[in-house]
Amino acid sequence: MGNTFVFMLLAAIAVGSAIGMLVSRDAVHSALFLVLNFITIAVFYLVLNAPFIAMVQVTVYAGAIMVLFMFVIMLLGAERLRGVWSDRTGEMVFAAFLGFLLLVIFLIALVMGNGDAVATAGMIDTSPVALGLRLFEAYIFPFEVVGILLLAAMIGVVILTISNKRGKNA
Amino acid sequence: MPEITIDSYIILSTTLFIIGALGVLLRRNAIIVFMSIEMMLNAANLLFVAFSRHLGDIDGQVLVFFVITVAAAEVAVGLALIVAIFRTKKNIDIDTLNLMKG
Repeated sequence: MGNTFVFMLLAAIAVGSAIGMLVSRDAVHSALFLVLNFITIAVFYLVLNAPFIAMVQVTVYAGAIMVLFMFVIMLLGAERLRGVWSDRTGEMVFAAFLGFLLLVIFLIALVMGNGDAVATAGMIDTSPVALGLRLFEAYIFPFEVVGILLLAAMIGVVILTISNKRGKNA
Repeated sequence: MPEITIDSYIILSTTLFIIGALGVLLRRNAIIVFMSIEMMLNAANLLFVAFSRHLGDIDGQVLVFFVITVAAAEVAVGLALIVAIFRTKKNIDIDTLNLMKG
């Protein structure tokens, strides 16, 4: 569990791919960097004793969601815009503030960290069976709400993408 | 080499979150902005799982499951909106989307 080398390597890949996504000029490159980032985080989940969440991450995020992104990028042909960076000064100031905040959080974590190892609690059963039992016993109501949310999203997407050629406001 | 602590995961997650926030603030392409939002959700998920391991509690993983579900729904609706905007304005530069500006 305390394998520092694995953590450092994965963290370097995760942060590197995140920065790659941020600075890429081409949206397709950004999407590919984001896939790398998602897969790295899935490996983090495996290290953290969450195998089911790791597989869901790979199939849903790195698979389905990113395919959807790629599809829209290709469909619109909007890989490149005229300028990469926004030219609104208010946002620039806020971004600089966020960078400063990151530095402050680093300092706080370095000064106040109590040095607890991640695995102070013992290994718990996180198999899909245990997760499913927890989901259907304690979280049955949120589960139903999420189901309705998915249905609403599906209907919403269908309505949004219908093009009424006969209507006046196409 | 130092031991991996929960603080390491907090630092990593914060870094990813702030990179995502910078993407939302600094980029023009609406699709990139949307991808940055996904990365911020992922940073929060990573911390959920790390604390689930730290505290020996499976509820963190159940919450991650819900977050992934909501993110999937959000991506579908958001991309449909981007396609609809592209159809009317012929680009997705968020600096030009100022129709509601007073």
